[in-house]
Amino acid sequence: MAAVEHSYIVGAYEHPLRKAPDRSLAQLHGEVALGALADAGLSKSDIDGYFCAGDVPGTGPFSMVDYLNLKVRHVDSTNIGGASYILHVNHAAQAIAAGKCNVALVTLAGRPRSEGVPKGGLKRADSPAQPDYAWETPFGMTILNTYAMCAKRHMHEYGTTSEQLAWIKVAASHHAQHNPNAMLRTPVTVEEVMNSQLVADPLHKLDCCIVSDGGGAVIVTRPEIARNLKRPLVKIRGAAESVKHTAGGDIDLTYSAGRFSGAAAFAEAGVRPSDIRYASLYDSFTVTVLVQLEDLGFCERGKGGAFVADGKLISGQGPLAVNTDGGGLCNNHPAHRGGMTKIIEAVRQLRGEAHPAVQVRDLNLAVAHGTGGMLGTRHGSATLVLERM
Amino acid sequence: MSALQEALDHQPENQKFWTELAEGRFLLKYCTACQRAHWYPRAICPHCASAQTEWRPASGRGRIYSFSISRTASPPYVIAYVTLDEGPTMMTRIVHSPFDALAIGKPVELVIEKGEDGIPLPLFRLA
Ligand SMILES: [Zn+2]
Repeated sequence: MAAVEHSYIVGAYEHPLRKAPDRSLAQLHGEVALGALADAGLSKSDIDGYFCAGDVPGTGPFSMVDYLNLKVRHVDSTNIGGASYILHVNHAAQAIAAGKCNVALVTLAGRPRSEGVPKGGLKRADSPAQPDYAWETPFGMTILNTYAMCAKRHMHEYGTTSEQLAWIKVAASHHAQHNPNAMLRTPVTVEEVMNSQLVADPLHKLDCCIVSDGGGAVIVTRPEIARNLKRPLVKIRGAAESVKHTAGGDIDLTYSAGRFSGAAAFAEAGVRPSDIRYASLYDSFTVTVLVQLEDLGFCERGKGGAFVADGKLISGQGPLAVNTDGGGLCNNHPAHRGGMTKIIEAVRQLRGEAHPAVQVRDLNLAVAHGTGGMLGTRHGSATLVLERM
Repeated sequence: MSALQEALDHQPENQKFWTELAEGRFLLKYCTACQRAHWYPRAICPHCASAQTEWRPASGRGRIYSFSISRTASPPYVIAYVTLDEGPTMMTRIVHSPFDALAIGKPVELVIEKGEDGIPLPLFRLA
């Protein structure tokens, strides 16, 4: 039995705000922490492990542990971009199995909408001290144009079309209309996506995620504690992570590290992709979803276009419902990081607490998967296979 | 100091690449243990982990692996990955080439031009 099978997600909370100009970053982290604790029926003093990534103010966990006045015996601030929180759930389960903590809090928060986003797209390279900086940034690399190069190559190799990518946005918008907190609640058509401004070939404006303030938190604990709480039990059945990079110049833009984290998480869970009827998949751009569907084995390599076409990702319309909260494309993308909201909607689905219009019936297995960093250069992937007990 | 100059100052082992590029010569890093070229240049071979690497002149020829036109920038520009004839694929920018003539697989050749901060960069144009 895998060590991670012994842990459960017992609290999950998504901040209702999408614009928070009058709240500090630390306050947002604090509000989501309290929300997740209330959801779990636990109190602050129960927390003895804290997990955070690069979106917290300050160095690693210091300032937030101080701000919340926590007493912790285990911390982890591994940062693999937006996929960090999915990785943190994996690491929390491992720490709990090893006896290093009992109740782990994971938080994400950000206020990029209030703070403003640079025009022309975010430049992702973090520091001139990075060995890769001089070989990428001077050419005008942005998050948007590297994801666009991935989409372009996928189209070249497999015949994927802009229309197929557009269906991913259409599905997200159909889900978001039922989410009262979603930032974009109006359903869009394939034509509207394809007629939106071409921002970086072949990606259009509506192929891109939203920018929102807010955040979310989850709480992971051991079964003895979980069974005494009132919430439905969501078990961490399989979990894995991986990193993909430029490999000394052996570039292949058509797949992600999800190929490795997905296979490992499914193997640990002892289930197959065809057993899954709901998946939360990171959707920084439409193409991100397409690549991850292939990498996780929900469809054959190169067949992602056909898999998403004609609204098949909309709950009830195909074998796999994806991002029923509206995802980062329409609902929420706090701190430019999608992993936390992926976990939260998967938990809602397994608890039967998604909106009735998008709830997958009799669901007992779900996947939450994220890609953090840049699909076209270096990124991390993290995968969770979750089970309703 | 520009961010690129700061980045170059962090990489004393790659100084030769930039001084040679400024003289019009494009170098690739090869490993003398496994004989493979790699990109970006390193003192330690990323393929076999040998520390026996050396600079060799490169052809400056390759093919477009993928590209995208950043349409909202002014002026719009073309980011690309180019697979060099020597093997590795590198990120670069395609210049002096009509947007509608660009396609994956098309041959390109090196152009050395100064970037925003005056440092010469290895760019490409359609051959
Ligand atoms: Zn070597």
